[in-house]
Amino acid sequence: MAKILKNREILLVVAIAALLMAITLRFPGFVAPANLARVYNDTSILIILALGQMAVILTRCIDLSMAANLALCGMVAAMINAAFPGVPIPLVILAVVVLGALLGSINGLLVWKLDIPPIVVTLGTLTIYRGTIFLLSNGAWINAHQMSDAFKALPRAPLAGLPVLSWLSVLAIAAVYLLMTRTPVGRAFFAVGGNPHAAVYTGIDVGRTRFLAYCLSGALAGLSGYLWVSRYAVAYVDIAAGFELDIIAACVIGGISIAGGIGSVPGAVLGSLFLGVIKNALPVVNISPFAQLAISGTVIIIAVAVNARAEKRKGRVILKKAEAV
Amino acid sequence: MAERTLSPRVIPDRLQSRGNRLLKSWESLLLVVAVLIFTINSFASPYFLDPWNLSDATFNFTEKAMIAFAMALVIIAGEIDLSVASIIALSSTAMGLAVSFGFDTPVLIAVGLGTGLVCGMINGLLITGLGLPSIVVTIGTMSLFRGLSFIILGDKAFTGYPASFAYFGQGYVWWVFSFEFVLFALFAAIYSVLLHKTNFGRAVYAIGNNQTAALFSGVRVGRVKFILFLLTGLMAGIASICLTSRLGSTRPSIALGVELEVVTMVVLGGVSILGGSGTIPGVVLAAFIMGMVTFGFGLLNVPGIVMSIFIGVLLISVIALPILWARARRRVAH
Repeated sequence: MAKILKNREILLVVAIAALLMAITLRFPGFVAPANLARVYNDTSILIILALGQMAVILTRCIDLSMAANLALCGMVAAMINAAFPGVPIPLVILAVVVLGALLGSINGLLVWKLDIPPIVVTLGTLTIYRGTIFLLSNGAWINAHQMSDAFKALPRAPLAGLPVLSWLSVLAIAAVYLLMTRTPVGRAFFAVGGNPHAAVYTGIDVGRTRFLAYCLSGALAGLSGYLWVSRYAVAYVDIAAGFELDIIAACVIGGISIAGGIGSVPGAVLGSLFLGVIKNALPVVNISPFAQLAISGTVIIIAVAVNARAEKRKGRVILKKAEAV
Repeated sequence: MAERTLSPRVIPDRLQSRGNRLLKSWESLLLVVAVLIFTINSFASPYFLDPWNLSDATFNFTEKAMIAFAMALVIIAGEIDLSVASIIALSSTAMGLAVSFGFDTPVLIAVGLGTGLVCGMINGLLITGLGLPSIVVTIGTMSLFRGLSFIILGDKAFTGYPASFAYFGQGYVWWVFSFEFVLFALFAAIYSVLLHKTNFGRAVYAIGNNQTAALFSGVRVGRVKFILFLLTGLMAGIASICLTSRLGSTRPSIALGVELEVVTMVVLGGVSILGGSGTIPGVVLAAFIMGMVTFGFGLLNVPGIVMSIFIGVLLISVIALPILWARARRRVAH
């Protein structure tokens, strides 16, 4: 029993179930499968972003520029579509994923080659990327009527009962899960975060691993940029402003340690879902949507306090004798 | 978050002379940059060299700089506080609430300062009491504090501040010297003495350089850090009084993104983001530079968001350039 309580993923599943149960008391329709699917779909973009942020946090870094990266890529996708409606959508997606990865690689290079603290780098690029959107668009909005139907329809298109948006997030979860658990790069993310010096001695290039983590988070932000803009059918300078905090909150709630090296893909997904359920439940239980910011803040603080306790308990004692002394 | 790299630390055989050290310091470089920007600005716009215009320009940085002094101490001690802008918002909201209950200026000041102190105390307790990383805690309280303002205000705004309250953001002490500027100068002096001339200041440096060593040398690490977060909260409260008085209204989105500018100011001032080094005069110069650049851009009709690109580039380049410079010198030496 104690072991189950210590497991973050199970704890989160229980918390989400309790949350759903509490909402059901006031509004039984919330747990209808169709509505749960809608909640999942609404959380899909957050899940995709949290997966990228997780890779970065695992390596003891942080990416505050993800939302700005998303907004810039979304704007570029919308501009390509508005100027050349004939360009096939998969090509647009590919373009923004590459662009996102490039923007991420700028963060990665600054962290890798110049040893600048990640928080400073991404605080800086956050404003630079946002400002670049303004330079590109001159502050103008790209509205629904300027986008082609195919551009807007893709994330909504139903496929085996779920919208493509949901399937894309499932795909991202599977891909990142395989990357984390089945490839050398995934192991390197954990090794670099767990103990960078030890990682060096095992032959892992710490800087390069961090660079790759930033590329991954950038690429996922680029993908989310297209999804965000096509889903809400509008692109402007301030889309997803402040969303970087939600992404980090999802990771922290999911048990990913900000000190690096600890975390899992199911954790990131469940952390995102926890926030997603709260966000979708607020209007249902008649709480002002303005309360959402304060609630995520409180949840972040509680989650980080729980994380810290879990990490303390885990203290790695290798020699039993040393512990006795 | 960022750990020091393993590069060997070079300790010179002989200390440089005082004058030589001063000449090569980051602060003198900043001074040159400040003079340069001042000169360029006065050539770029005929409106720049007007005492009243220059006085207006100081409002660009005085409120942020007041927070930056306390933030400099926090960063030197190896921590960070990202919640300052949200403390401004919550403080301002609390003052607006007090106005709507019919309270007058003295009570408003007490409410503003009190809210700042309580917010700082919450940060301090979470970070030193529970031993949590300051970056995540303050990201959390950043959402929490601003979220509370949103809950109280929603999409509305508080206005109707009493006329006597306007002095803090709009009043002048003497000639072109505004109350805010005088307050800024006063805090610059206080924090310089606090950091450079007191035991407390030594303790801040000691913690930033090696927390464990500081603890073993008898520095009460937890208490010092707690005071630092309390100070930052208090300064954010003071900045909130000035800003609210200057704007004459409160919206929950007030001072959005200011934490970034404050951190940029501190880092530009030569404070190491890894902790352990930096000076208050450096931060003062950085405040002037950022204020003058913003003002100069404003006179040239550059939109605000383009200025923010500039600040972002500035933030990264002031950290990158010394690293590249040191690397180039090492290459020449070999």
